[in-house]
Formats: sequence, structure tokens, C-alpha cells
Amino acid sequence: MSQDTLFDKVWDLHKVSSLPGGSDQIFIGLHLIHEVTSPQAFGALKDKNLKVKFPSRTIATVDHIVPTDNQSRPFKDNLAEQMIKTLEKNCLQHKIRFFNIGSGNQGIVHVVAPELGLTQPGMTIACGDSHTSTHGAFGSIAFGIGTSQVRDVLATQTIAMNKLKVRQIWCENKLSHGVYAKDLVLHIINELGVKAGVGFAYEFAGPAINALSMEERMTICNMSIEGGARCGYVNPDEKTFNYIKNKTCAPKNENWDEALLWWKSLKSDANSIYDDVIKFDASKVEPTVTWGITPGQSIGVNQQIPLLEELSLNDQLIAEEAYEYMGFKPGQSIKNTPVDVCFIGSCTNGRISDLRVAAQVLKDKKVSRNIKAFVVPGSEKVANEAKQEGLDKIFKDSGFQWREPGCSMCLAMNSDKLIGNQVSASSSNRNFKGRQGSPSGRTLLMSPAMVAAAAINGKVSDVREYMH
Amino acid sequence: MKSEFTPPIGKISQISGKCISLIGNDIDTDRIIPARFLKCVSFDLLGKSVFEDDRKTLKGRHPFDLKENQDSSILIVNSNFGCGSSREHAPQALIRWGIRAIIGESFAEIFYSNCIAIGIPCFTLPKKSIQDIQKYNFNKKLFLEIDLKNSSAKSEDLNFNLEIKDSSKNMFLTGEWDATATLLKNSSLVERKFKDLPYIKFS
Ligand code: SF4
Repeated sequence: MSQDTLFDKVWDLHKVSSLPGGSDQIFIGLHLIHEVTSPQAFGALKDKNLKVKFPSRTIATVDHIVPTDNQSRPFKDNLAEQMIKTLEKNCLQHKIRFFNIGSGNQGIVHVVAPELGLTQPGMTIACGDSHTSTHGAFGSIAFGIGTSQVRDVLATQTIAMNKLKVRQIWCENKLSHGVYAKDLVLHIINELGVKAGVGFAYEFAGPAINALSMEERMTICNMSIEGGARCGYVNPDEKTFNYIKNKTCAPKNENWDEALLWWKSLKSDANSIYDDVIKFDASKVEPTVTWGITPGQSIGVNQQIPLLEELSLNDQLIAEEAYEYMGFKPGQSIKNTPVDVCFIGSCTNGRISDLRVAAQVLKDKKVSRNIKAFVVPGSEKVANEAKQEGLDKIFKDSGFQWREPGCSMCLAMNSDKLIGNQVSASSSNRNFKGRQGSPSGRTLLMSPAMVAAAAINGKVSDVREYMH
Repeated sequence: MKSEFTPPIGKISQISGKCISLIGNDIDTDRIIPARFLKCVSFDLLGKSVFEDDRKTLKGRHPFDLKENQDSSILIVNSNFGCGSSREHAPQALIRWGIRAIIGESFAEIFYSNCIAIGIPCFTLPKKSIQDIQKYNFNKKLFLEIDLKNSSAKSEDLNFNLEIKDSSKNMFLTGEWDATATLLKNSSLVERKFKDLPYIKFS
């Protein structure tokens, strides 16, 4: 059993009681909600005649269903309009702060909370969304919950949960030029498998992680869930504190001093005990692309799609399914695979640094003919910052469409969808069958820089050949 | 698919029903219920859309469409079932279709906890046993009686043990799986925690 890790410390701090069944009752310091997984929870509150316990600890925004072309109300899609209206009504009724479209702070929930300074070290954070693990980048313990648990957090500010084990993922050296956090996390998931993390919190540590920016750390923690881990985190350091400083909801003045003092005391002890430790060499990671239908099915851009016999018995069943669905032959190169759609966005890679990197690749270049390419900033703040830097212009000049913030084609609940068996080069996090809106659509996950390179070339490319 | 839906309530100690096998590892929540069905403010209509895209692709040959599987309530799956998103819509769609218990090699974590939260016990068995059950069920329809207290299952000619976490088992036996009431009991402790946490006043 782990001891004295940041996870243990934060868990113990938030533990309210041991429940008779054997799980713990855990206090949730920050609760984030959005339109898709909250309406039924509010409905259940009403049925049970309960109130929201601490409305000030819940923050709402709207992201999954928002259109990214025309956001004027009412939305063209009636169901989407009904969902945003329901959220508006629930927030108003229960006095929950809501960052709506046009507030300047709307966006993907996991982009919005960090950029507002709401996400802070040492907190427990829950949201009805599996990528809540993103917030662990700040040294908080953050995990996705289902709608019944959203109801529980609203009603009690707590949930019942079994304590997780802690696995340290130690990353030596540093990433090489043209290789990004996305590549590293895809590589880790590929090595460990998509279910290795079940029952674990992942602590990402080591020189390669320390060298990452806060936004890159968010990308890594974000995809913990694709590796099966409900929660991933990085011990907070100066970069963490500097990122939070002066953000809208960050502590100010003497509160800042007090917060800083406390945050600095929050990290895994040097001699803390982990349930498991796994080491990686970050310098060996290449730009990585998925070829299959799980985020674990990835290879370096210059490698070949694995032969069945190269895979473990456990992985063979899903590999066969993937060859067939994706239309790939075992042993085929992934490089030069033609793509139809290029998507930059999502809570994995829709932040300002992602847009900067992609814009740098696209500058003075043109998107290949017949490619639909679009960029969806992760939030209104990201969009505004990008505009100030002129990034929107670079994207547009290259042939990318510049859209309004939201989840968009990460999960295709709005009108941004693949058609038929189109292939997308996507900076998002899931390549499941049908994920991007067409039951036969195919998704290749990669870094935003790699998506930009694919857009220019019309096929999967090694972005390092486009960088000087 | 059952037409009337009555959610489970209170203590759950026994589940019996026909088995339905669904073969494949890493079946994710997008497949269980595609995202377009998440555009709803209630779970009521999800039952009929469970596995919609997979079912369309298989044109009537999907286990959830086969005539002999209608009225089944125990789902037999392979490994990492329910990986992907946190959408409770996935188990809500399954329960509304008629699934009351799942037996599999392994489950994704949020899916598992969502199942508990709505009263669907999930049991595990080693890979080989699952495959044997799926094979058996293919040849001869399996009707299982599951006894949660003893973690066992029996049918006309089979008798075997199931694995389930003690904490989950206790929750079902005591009725605590419906967590809100249990959590509400500690209200004063929660208020104290709220006051004591170092960051509440500055965040
Ligand atoms: S961007 Fe994608 S993964 Fe992230 S919250 Fe939205 S739908 Fe989920």
C-alpha cells in the first residue's frame, strides 16, 4: 500500500469517514459540471427533495453540445438548445456560477478551470467527465464521476470511493525536438496497455515531466484515463505556482502567501512508498500516431503497423478488429496514410500552446487540396489570446477553418462529424469506433503539430521534416 | 428489451435470469451508447439505443438483436468492458434494456462505479472461465441464479463461484449502493471538513 505520496496526503486530508461497505467518504473541494452529465443529477435531487449543499464549490460551463460555427441562440439543434437551457435553469435555481457562451470564460471544462485559476494543488476535484484527470497536472487529485455521483456531490459535497493504489511513472531524460507531451502519453499507454491503470492513480514524475510546461503536463494527465487510470497527477512545483499566480480565481495578497506556503508542503516525500514504479526514457519517444481503435494501438510515425504475431495474445483480438475497421494491413507503414479531415482541439490539445505549435508548422504553408481542416480553440480565453497573437490569421491563411470554442469533433455531439469512413488526423484523445460521429469513421490520434503536418501534406507525415 | 422499466431499489442479494454473451475486449462506452444519444436531459429513452451503431453494422446479428437473447438480464463480457468516457448513460442504457448483472474478465473503473451506483452488480472471473461460459451459452441457453451473499452462481447443470470486491458486495447486501442516503448521514462531519480544509477560504 502506498504511503506518503501526494495522493495519500490529499486523500487523507479529504477523507470524511470510512463507510461500512469498506469505501471512504471523500470531500470534493471543487466540482465542475457541464450540460451532458448534470441534468439527470439535478433531476434526481428534485426527486429526492434535496438541495445543493455548497453551491459555491460547484462551477458550470457548457462545452460538449455547443455548435462551433454559429453560436447564436436558440441553437439550430433543438436538443442542444434544450440541454443548455436546462443547465442555465439549474444553475440559476441552485445559485451555481456558470460560465456561459460569451462570458469570456466559456470553454471545455478542463481547459476553463485551470485557466481561471480554479484548479489548485492539494484539492480534490470531480466532474462528470472522465478527462477530469487533467487537473492532476496541478497536484490535485482529480477524477471523473458518473451522473449518480454528480448527484451525490451536489447533495453532500462527497462521494463514496475506494482508495486507489499509486503507480509512479518515472520519465528519464527529455523529449527530443518535434516530440510532444501527446507523443509521450500515447507511448506510455501503448507500452502499459489501456487497462493497466485500473485501480491506480498515476504519478507522473522524473526529469522529463519536470521539464514540461503546465499545459503539457495537463496533456499527460488528461490521457491517464486512456491508460485505464482514473486519476493522474504531477507534484506541484514553481511552474505550477507561477501558472496559477494572478489568474482570475487565484488567491490574492495575503491569501496568496498562505496558499503558497501550503502548496509548497504538498508533494510526495522523497522516501514515499508506491504500489508500483515504472520507468520510461522520454528521449526514445518518437512522434506517435494511433493506427487502431483503442488509444493503446499506436506506433512511432516511421514504424509499421504491428503484425498479429508481434502482439501479445491478449492484444490480438482487438488488433484483428482494428485492422478490419481501419482498413490497414499488418506490416503497412502509417506514414503517408491519406487523411480526409484534420482536427485541432479538445481538452487534450486545444490550449494556447497547442495552437502556437500548430500555427508555427502551418505558417506560410497551405492545407492540401480536398482536406477539411479546422481548429477549435479549447476556450474563449484561448481563442482571444490566439487572436491577439495573430494565430487565427495563420490558420485561416493556410486553409484551416477557425471555429468557436467547444468539444466539437472530439466526440461529435454537434454538427462537426466525420462522414462515411473518412480518416481524421485528430489532436483529441479517443479513436474508438464511431467516436467522431460516423459509425465507420476512422481516427488517427497525434499531436497538434503532427495534425498540422498531415494537413499540409494530405497524409500522415513526420512533423520533424517540416520544422527548422 | 423489456418495455416497462422499474429501477432496482434497496438490498440486492439475488439476481436470476437468462445470459447474453457479448464477445470482445475493450468494448468502450461510445459503442455501448454513441454520443449522439447523450443529447437528452433524462435517461428514459436510452434502452432501445444501446449498441446502436454495432447493431446497425451487424444487421440483426448483434447479440442484443437475436431473438433468443430477448428477456436476458445477465450480460457476459470479456476484458476492459466499459472503457472510455464517464457517461452513466452506458449502464443506464444497459439497465433499461434489461441487464441486471454483468459478469466479465475485467471492467473499466468509472463504468464499474457507475454500475454500482445504479444497482448493477459486476462480477469477475478468469478469462478461461468467461470463455467457457460464453461457449456454453452459445450452445445451450444459460439461465443463472446468482447469490450475492455467497458470490456463487448456479444453473441446471453448472455451479461456480464469482468474484466481487467485498466493498461492492456489502453495498448491495446492505442497500448502501444507493449512496446518497449513506453520505447524507455524515452531514456534520462534512461541514467540519468544509471548515477545516486549508483552501476553502482562499479558493
Ligand atoms: S474535449 Fe473531448 S474528451 Fe474533452 S471533455 Fe470534451 S468531449 Fe470529453
